[in-house]
Amino acid sequence: MNVIDTTPSLALVLAIGVLFAAGVYLLLERSLTRVLLGFILMGNGANLLFLVAGGRSGGAPLVGTTPEDEMSDPLVQAMVLTAIVITLGITAFVLAMAYRSWQLHGHDEVQDDLEDRRVARHAARNAPAFTDTDSEESGETLDDEAAQVRDETGTDSADGTDGTDGTDDAEGRTTREPR
Amino acid sequence: MLYVLLAHLAMALGAPALVSFLGRRAFLVMALAPASAAAYALAWTERVMHGQQPVQVVEWVPGLGLELAFRMDTLSWLMLLLVGGVGALVLVYCSAYFSRTAHGLGRFGGVLTAFAGAMVGLVVADDVLLLFVFWELTTVFSYLLIGHYADRKASRRAAMQAIVITTAGGLAMFVGLVVLGVQAGTYRLSEIVADPPTGGAVTAAVVCILVGAVSKSALIPLHFWLPAAMAAPTPVSAYLHAAAMVKAGVYLVARFAPAYADTTVWRTIVIALGAGTLLVGGYRALRQYDLKLVLAFGTVSQLGLIILLVGLGTRGAALAGLAMIGAHAMFKASLFLVVGVVDAAAGTRDLRRLTGVGRALPWTALAGGLATASMIGLLPFAGYVAKEAALEALLHTDGPRWVALVVLWSVVVGSMLTVAYGLRFWWGAFWSKSHLHAPARANEHVDLRPGRGPLAESDEPPIDPARLRRQPVQLVAPALVLAVLGLAAGLVPHLGDRLLAPYADTYPAGEPGHLVLWAGVTPALGLTALVLGVGAVLFWQRSRVERFQASLWRILEADVVYRRVMRRLDDLAADVTALTQRGSLPFYLGAILVVLVVGPGGVMFARTAWPRDVTAWDRPAQLVTVGLICVASVLAARSRRRLKAVLLVGVAGYGNAALFLLHGAPDLALTQVLVETITLVIIVLVLRRLPPYFSDRPLAASRWVRLGVGVGVGVVMMGLALVAPLARIATPVSVDFPAEAYEYGGGKNIVNVTLVDIRAWDTMLEISVLLAAATGVASLVFLRTRSGEIMRARDARSATREGAGVWSDGTDPHAALRRHGVTDDAQPRMVVWLNAGRTLAPRRRSVIFEVVTRVIFHAMIVFALFLLFSGHNAPGGGFAAGLVVGIALIVRYLAGGRYELGEAAPIHPGILLGTGMFLSAGVGLVSLLLTGKALYSQTFDLHVPVLGDVHLVTSLFFDLGVFLLVVGLVLDILRTLGAEIDRHAERAETGRDPGEDTGPFEAMEPDAVGGGRR
Repeated sequence: MNVIDTTPSLALVLAIGVLFAAGVYLLLERSLTRVLLGFILMGNGANLLFLVAGGRSGGAPLVGTTPEDEMSDPLVQAMVLTAIVITLGITAFVLAMAYRSWQLHGHDEVQDDLEDRRVARHAARNAPAFTDTDSEESGETLDDEAAQVRDETGTDSADGTDGTDGTDDAEGRTTREPR
Repeated sequence: MLYVLLAHLAMALGAPALVSFLGRRAFLVMALAPASAAAYALAWTERVMHGQQPVQVVEWVPGLGLELAFRMDTLSWLMLLLVGGVGALVLVYCSAYFSRTAHGLGRFGGVLTAFAGAMVGLVVADDVLLLFVFWELTTVFSYLLIGHYADRKASRRAAMQAIVITTAGGLAMFVGLVVLGVQAGTYRLSEIVADPPTGGAVTAAVVCILVGAVSKSALIPLHFWLPAAMAAPTPVSAYLHAAAMVKAGVYLVARFAPAYADTTVWRTIVIALGAGTLLVGGYRALRQYDLKLVLAFGTVSQLGLIILLVGLGTRGAALAGLAMIGAHAMFKASLFLVVGVVDAAAGTRDLRRLTGVGRALPWTALAGGLATASMIGLLPFAGYVAKEAALEALLHTDGPRWVALVVLWSVVVGSMLTVAYGLRFWWGAFWSKSHLHAPARANEHVDLRPGRGPLAESDEPPIDPARLRRQPVQLVAPALVLAVLGLAAGLVPHLGDRLLAPYADTYPAGEPGHLVLWAGVTPALGLTALVLGVGAVLFWQRSRVERFQASLWRILEADVVYRRVMRRLDDLAADVTALTQRGSLPFYLGAILVVLVVGPGGVMFARTAWPRDVTAWDRPAQLVTVGLICVASVLAARSRRRLKAVLLVGVAGYGNAALFLLHGAPDLALTQVLVETITLVIIVLVLRRLPPYFSDRPLAASRWVRLGVGVGVGVVMMGLALVAPLARIATPVSVDFPAEAYEYGGGKNIVNVTLVDIRAWDTMLEISVLLAAATGVASLVFLRTRSGEIMRARDARSATREGAGVWSDGTDPHAALRRHGVTDDAQPRMVVWLNAGRTLAPRRRSVIFEVVTRVIFHAMIVFALFLLFSGHNAPGGGFAAGLVVGIALIVRYLAGGRYELGEAAPIHPGILLGTGMFLSAGVGLVSLLLTGKALYSQTFDLHVPVLGDVHLVTSLFFDLGVFLLVVGLVLDILRTLGAEIDRHAERAETGRDPGEDTGPFEAMEPDAVGGGRR
C-alpha cells in the first residue's frame, strides 16, 4: 500500500536514462573536461531520480500558498538543493585539476598510474617488484652468514683497547658500526 | 604477580634513560627486574609445592570477558624461576659484554627487559587470551632483538624470518585458543584443562595450538628460523633462544598435555615432529663450524626431545621432560654465554680457527666443560638425571609396541648425536689443536671467500692464542654459575623430584617416574653407556662423519624452501596487483559501473515487481523539456569541441531547472539556474587556456565499450526510477513538515526551513564540504600562498603605460589608432565606479557591458538580500542569495577584469568562508547553550519603534552563514579560475610577471619551468 502517490512519470524516467547514459559515456573518457561534463550530466540525472523517488509532482511546498495535500515532497527538494550547490563546488575543483594537469603536462588527460604500470611490467616478466631480503637465495651457507655477524663486544682492559683488537685487523670483515 | 610485571614495564621504559646515565653498567640495575621474578617464585616455593597456588584476577575488559588472570602452579613456578634467573644472569653478563661505545644499548636494554616481562606474563597467565597477548609480545620483542644490528642484511633477514614464522604460528594458535574457549565456555586456562571439552572443533583447535607451539619452539619443518636467529647478539641467543622464548612452545604443550595427550592427533604430531626434530637438529649440529650454530642446532634437537617428553602424556616422561626443561635452560644458556666470552676474547666463533683458548681462559673452559657434561648426560649432572629418567620412562611406555620402540630409539640415537656434537663443541672451542700452527699472519688482510664445503679448512688463519685476553668476571661468572647449578641440581635429584612431581602427577596416564642419581644397574643405564660410547666414537671419527655427511645427497633445506615460497608469494602478489590495479581511471570506473549493471541491475530486472500504473507525463510541458534534455545530452556526448560540449551540457542543466519548476520545486529551479550559470562561466574561463578540441582517442573500439556501459547504466537507472517509488511504503517523515515548519521553524517555505532548521545538521556538513572544495580549488591554482593577495585597481600598472593591459593577448592591431584621444594615465578627477576598467587592454573594454554592469550590479545585490530575508517564507534563502551575489561578482569581473573583482569584493574569500561557517555553527552553539539542543530555532517578536513588530527567527543567522559561505565559494572560484589564471596566461604570453608581487618563489612555478605547453 502506498502512503503517498508515487506514480512515476515516464517522461522523467526517460530523461534520467539519457542523462546517465550520456554521462557515463563521457565519464569513461580520459580528458578531464569530458569526465567533468559526464559528472555534471550524471549529477543532473541523479537529482531527477531523487525527485521521482519523492513522488508525484505538485504545487510548491509553501505553507499558505499550496494546500498541504497538493504539495510536492519538500524533503527531497532540500536534499537536492544542497546537492546542486555541492556539484558546483566539485565542478570547480575538477576544473582546477584539469587546469593544473594542463599546466604540468600540456594536456588535461588522466594518465595511467606510473607505479601501477611498473608493477605490471615486473609481474609480466616475473621479476621481483622490489628487493626483498626475505626471498632471495644468496647461496651462502649459514656458517658464512654467521661469520659476518659479530657483536660489539669490549672489555675493560687497562690499556683501553678492547679484547678483540688483535684479530679485528686480520679479519678485515667485522661489520662494526663506524663511529 | 602484577607488581613483578609492572616492575619489568617500568624498568623497560626507564632503560634508555638508565643507559644514558650509567652507561653499560645500567644492565646491572635492569637485572633487578627479572631477579624480582625469580625471587617471587622462590618465595612461593613451599606453598606451590603443597598445592597452594597464588591467583590474581584483575578486570580488564568486562564486556568482552577479558581478565588479567594470573595463577602460579608447579609448571609456572619452574618456568618463572628459569625466566627470572637466567634473565638476571644474562643482564649482568650484558654489562660487561658490550663495549662501552656499542650503539643502541638503551634500546637493547629496554627491549630485553620488556621481553623478560612478557615472558613472565606468558608463563603465569591463566587467561588464554592474555596468554596470547604475551605470546605475541615475545614474538615482537624477539624480532627487535634479532634485528638489533639493523644495518646488517643477515640480521634483518633473520628477524623478518623469525617474525613471519612465529606470527603465523601465533595466529593459528589464537584461532585454536578462541575455539577452545568457546567450546569450553570459559577462557580460564586452568578451568579448560581441568574439564577439557571434546569434539571435532576441539580437535581442530588442538591442532592449531600445536602449530603455534611448533613454530615457537622451532620444531621441524619450521625449525630453520632459530639457527638464522643467531644473528642476534649472543646474550639474546642465550636468553631467548635457549632458556626462555623457545620454551614457550614447550610450556604450551606441557600445559595442554594433561588434557589432550591421549588423543591420536596429538600423539601423532608430538611423536613425529618431536622425534624428527631431535634427529635433524643433532645431525645438522655435527656439520656446523660456527659455535653458535652448533649450539643452535643442538637447541633445535633438544627442543624436539623435550616436546616429545612432555607431550607424550605419561607421568614418567612428563617428569623427565620437566627436569630436562630445567637442565637444558641451565646448560644451554651457560654454553651460549661461554661462546660469547670466547667470541669477545678471540674475535671469531669459527671452531676451525680457534685453538688454545682453554689454556688462556681456564675458568671459561671450566664453565663450558661442566655445561657440556650436563648436555651430553654425564653422571652426576642434571642432564644425566633427566635423560636417565626419560629412558626409564620410555622403556615402560604403554601403547603399541612399535611406537614405543620408535620413540625410544630416536631418543637414543638423538642422544648419541648430542654426545658427538657436545664433545665437538667443547673441543672446537677450547682445545689446543696441534695441526693449527699459529702463524704470524695476524696483521695481514685476508679476502673473504665462501667456504668450499665441509671438509675445507677455514680460509682465515687460526687465531693466535698468545693474544687472547682474560675476560672480566661479570662475563665468566654467569656462565659458571649456571654450569655449577647444573651440577648441583644433579646431585640432589630427590629435591627436583619433590618440586616437579606435583605437575607430572596431573597427567592422567602412566606410572609416576622418579628422578634419581643412581638406580642401580638397569636397562636405562646400559642405554646410557651405549649412548656415550657411540657418541664418543662419532666424535673421534669426526672427519669421517663430516665426509659422510658431505657425500650424501643434500636434501632441500627448509630455509631454502621458505625463501622460495616467499618468492612465489611475492610473484603472486605482483600478478594479482597487475591484474586488478591497472592504474587506469576509465578501467576502474568501468569496473565499478559494470558491477552496478550486472549486480544490482541484474537482480532488479530478474526479481523485482514493476509498478502497475505509470503516467506518461505529469504536464505536457515536461515532454518538450525532456526532449530538449535528451538531444542536448546526446550531442554533448558526441561533441569534439570543448566549448560546444560545455554549452550543450549547460542546456541540459537549464532543462533540468525547467523540470524542477514543472514538478513543483521552485527553490530547486532557482538554485539550478543560478548554479548552471556560474558553472558555465567558470568552465568557459578555464577553457580559455585549454585546447579547443578534445584529443582523438586512438581506439574506436573503446568507444563502443563506453557506449555499451553507458546505455547499460542508463537502463538500470531508468529501472531504478520506476522501482524506487514502490519502496516507499512507510509514512514519510515529510508529511508533518508543513506543520513543523510553520510552528517550530517559524517559516512558510518548507524547503528552506528544512535546510536551516529541521535538517540543519545536514546543511552544516554540506557547507563544510563546500568550504573544503573552495580551499582545494585555491590550493591547486595558487601555488605560493593559499590565495594570494587581493588585487586592487591601484596596484595595477596602467594599461596604457605598460602597453598591454589585462586580457591583451600581447598584440593589438589597432593600438596605433587607439592612442588618439586617450588621456594618458592621469588619475580620474572624480571617483569612477568600475574604475578598474582602465586596467583592461583597451580593445577588451566594452562600453555597453560596462554600462549594463553599472545598471544591474546594485539591483542584483538588492535582489540577493531580498532572497536571503524572504527565503524563510518564499522561494529563496541563503544558497540562492549567495549564488546571485556570485553572479553579480562575475558580471563585475567580466566587465572590469581581475582588478575590478578586487574592487567589488575587497575581502579575502577565506574570511567569508570562515565567517559563514562560524555563523552557522555558532547558531547551533548558541541554541545549545540556550535550550540544551543544538541548532534549535528560537523565535523572537520584537517591537521596534519605527518598523513595527519584527518577527525574528534565529535560523536566519544560520542562513546568513550559508549565504556568506556560498559568496565566499564563488569569490574563491572567480579569483582562482578567473583572476589567477589570467595572471598565469599573461605571464606566459609576455614573458614577465604582470602582477605586483614578484616573489622569490616565482621561478619554482611549473609553468615558468615550461611543462611542455604547445
